[in-house]
Amino acid sequence: MATPLQTSPYLADAPAVNVIMLKVLLALLPGIAAYVWVYGGAVLVGLTLASLTALLAEAVMLRLRDRPLRPFLCDGSALVTAWLLALALPPLAPWWLIVVGTLFAIVVGKQLFGGLGYNPFNPAMVGYAVLLISFPVHMTQWPPPLALAQPPLDFTGQLAYIFQRTLPPGVTVDAVSSATPLDYLKTQLRLEQTLSEIRQAPVFGVLGGRGFELVALAYLLGGLYLLQQRIITWHVPVAFLGVLAAITGLSHLWQPQQFAGPTFHLFSGAAMLCAFFIATDPISGPTTPLGKLIFAAGIGVLTWVIRVYGGYPDGVAFAVLLLNMCVPLIDAHTQPRVFGHRK
Amino acid sequence: MIARLFKFHGGVHPPEHKLDSSAAPIAAVPVPPRLVLPLRQHVGKVAKPLVAVGDHVLKGQLLASADGAISAAVHAPTSGRVAAIGEQLIPHASGLPDVCITLEADGEDHWINRAVIDYRTPPRGEVMAHLRGSGVVGLGGAAFPTHVKLRTDPAHPVHTLIINGAECEPYITCDDRLMRERAAEIVRGAEIMQFLLGAQRCLVGIEDNKPEAAAAMRAACAVSGAGIEVVTVPTLYPSGGAKQLIYLLTGREVPSGKLPNEIGVQCFNVGTAYSVARCIDRGEPVISRIVTVAGNVARPGNYEVLLGTPLTALLQAAGGAGADTDGYLMGGPMMGFRLPAVAVPVVKGANCIIATTPRMFPPPPPPMPCIRCARCVDVCPVNLQPQELYWFARSNNFEKAREYHLFDCIECGCCSYVCPSHIPLVQYYRYAKSEIIAQDRAKQAADLARERNEFRLARMEREKQERAAKHAQRAGGAKTEAGADEAKKAAIAAAMERAKAQQAAVTPKNTENLPPAVQAEIAAIDARRAKAAQEVSQEQEP
Repeated sequence: MATPLQTSPYLADAPAVNVIMLKVLLALLPGIAAYVWVYGGAVLVGLTLASLTALLAEAVMLRLRDRPLRPFLCDGSALVTAWLLALALPPLAPWWLIVVGTLFAIVVGKQLFGGLGYNPFNPAMVGYAVLLISFPVHMTQWPPPLALAQPPLDFTGQLAYIFQRTLPPGVTVDAVSSATPLDYLKTQLRLEQTLSEIRQAPVFGVLGGRGFELVALAYLLGGLYLLQQRIITWHVPVAFLGVLAAITGLSHLWQPQQFAGPTFHLFSGAAMLCAFFIATDPISGPTTPLGKLIFAAGIGVLTWVIRVYGGYPDGVAFAVLLLNMCVPLIDAHTQPRVFGHRK
Repeated sequence: MIARLFKFHGGVHPPEHKLDSSAAPIAAVPVPPRLVLPLRQHVGKVAKPLVAVGDHVLKGQLLASADGAISAAVHAPTSGRVAAIGEQLIPHASGLPDVCITLEADGEDHWINRAVIDYRTPPRGEVMAHLRGSGVVGLGGAAFPTHVKLRTDPAHPVHTLIINGAECEPYITCDDRLMRERAAEIVRGAEIMQFLLGAQRCLVGIEDNKPEAAAAMRAACAVSGAGIEVVTVPTLYPSGGAKQLIYLLTGREVPSGKLPNEIGVQCFNVGTAYSVARCIDRGEPVISRIVTVAGNVARPGNYEVLLGTPLTALLQAAGGAGADTDGYLMGGPMMGFRLPAVAVPVVKGANCIIATTPRMFPPPPPPMPCIRCARCVDVCPVNLQPQELYWFARSNNFEKAREYHLFDCIECGCCSYVCPSHIPLVQYYRYAKSEIIAQDRAKQAADLARERNEFRLARMEREKQERAAKHAQRAGGAKTEAGADEAKKAAIAAAMERAKAQQAAVTPKNTENLPPAVQAEIAAIDARRAKAAQEVSQEQEP
């Protein structure tokens, strides 16, 4: 809206929206570096594909909606969505999977709701959920970390696999498909194995999954940067990780052979990414301090429930979407006491 | 006793820009040849002029008296001749003119007889009348008549007097300089006000970015021996807001929509304390004030200016504004407003004039959508949800805005200051507030009109009945008293019945705009209902 005459305040000091988004992207870099280290350059291919698709989709939609291109293409929000989605997908996902997911995230998840600031659901998680429901086979086919693959797939091999679904001679399907730690844990527990037996498998590392725990640590690092930069507040990460740690800790104490402990859950799957980058999305999250705590705690509980009892190995995406739905309710019921009011 | 501080929610740290103007001592601005004195330089009713065009007046002479409970007097800042009384442009955000007295100075600067008054001995009423007659108003910017706040209310005795020297807005240093140079008179004013209010305690709150002022005030308090305590508070905008400072110093919140005296606290600006002392001890009404001139001027600093002095004369005293000046702000950059023109006089509420350049206050970039980042929530000193209020204001959802306590917003501007989407939030709140007020007024007017109309109908009906009764009485001739009484009662009952019927007929059914077919259908339904009701009552009767 144009403001014909400015009134006070005449001063402003805030990072612009695009600076905030840029810092989020910056904070993802350590995680991306670790990801590349563990899974190879394929990760970068996915990120590039998603970024290009997101920007193109955003531009087309803005044009269709008769909105100015420049400010909204430069705000960086489409890139954040693209990166978050790409980082949540299996590193060797076929190119069309990435494109379809990103298109859905931007077109339906974001622009059809009104674009930046108006999307009630986290667009990246919308894209992820659509892919998971529509293409479960591709979505659950994770390659092993390079260190575990025998022989590992080199970059050209990864490219060929992403775009043509072909493997070089001598490379077996084991190089592009293995059980993730969360997956492995779930199937083995159903086979009546004890946790200590399961954890002997090579996919497990010190904290979570071998290799992937590094990525999770790097996300944690990026998250701390966001906290330090005041892009996010402590409420969501603390409540989400705290609740997840508390539930897993208690269940692990109760039945140590049936339930994995906190470190495994915190450093596996998308937990760290969710704690600092997904559940902290301001647009689809609550704004009151108490609301943020409830929201993040809810995601923590649901993530654990889906991981342990649900049909999918990880539960972050559905947990986030379900809690996104509750945001207006949470906000309405967690209004803080206004100065000079009793309640 | 070391006072404990209570931190209020939120707040921001805008760049202070105070050093430019706080270094030099207060300088006097020469008496200008013409002065323009608005009759409303305060909150409340416009003052009543007591002089006519052509009158010669002395310095300090009453030109217009306070009119009603909330109003303040206006005095001649120098001796001279009343040249005109009429509408002139005043320093107000609206840019609308108001009634002003124009005074041509005679250059004599001849004082009127000044009545010094001992505030401890005469009846309180006299002291209050003296303050009211001296035009003392809050000099922090709001210009609320001081005598109104000094009235004691037996239901709410004031135990704590707070002198506000926080001066939290950027650029403004007039209170800082006043405290450094005239601390003794401020403390004297505080003593007088403490006595008048019967307050047990008096605290002076000063932000810790003014150590010299705090030291000067401490020294003056020690000399006075009145037990006034100087408390330095952390520099954090808007700690100088009355409700914020009261909370900072006492830990008590002024209830929403209430005045501070309801929690036993009263708060005055240091400049106000100073003018109270001048008024009581020297009999001087408020005819001048200290104004910070800052920004794009050759000699930024603080100037003691006669009220009514044209802004141009003040700027001249400050060495003139730079060539690239694009306008002037009155007040600070957080809560002040852009002056409609440079041809306006200095008034009681003018604490600061900032000559602006586009570089100093660049126009905000076009606003982006709200991303709900809640930075505004973090900085709001009232603990509101500014982003929700923005949505409600934007969608004209005024009921919701009110429900989310829009009217508790103090318009401090913290939310806009930190908004990454550059949304002019405070502008939305001002819009919503004025719309709500206008709607409330319209509703009140409509309610009043309806009541009047109903009363008129009832009155006409009653008169008709009375006339009919009189006629009947005359026609009937001699009747017993009781019979007449009965007839009157029956007539009244009949009148009430008819009035009711008329009322029902008047009551709108919202069917006027419907097509005839639908109206006919509604009429048919009504008829069926009436018939059914009749049948039911018939069934019940036997």
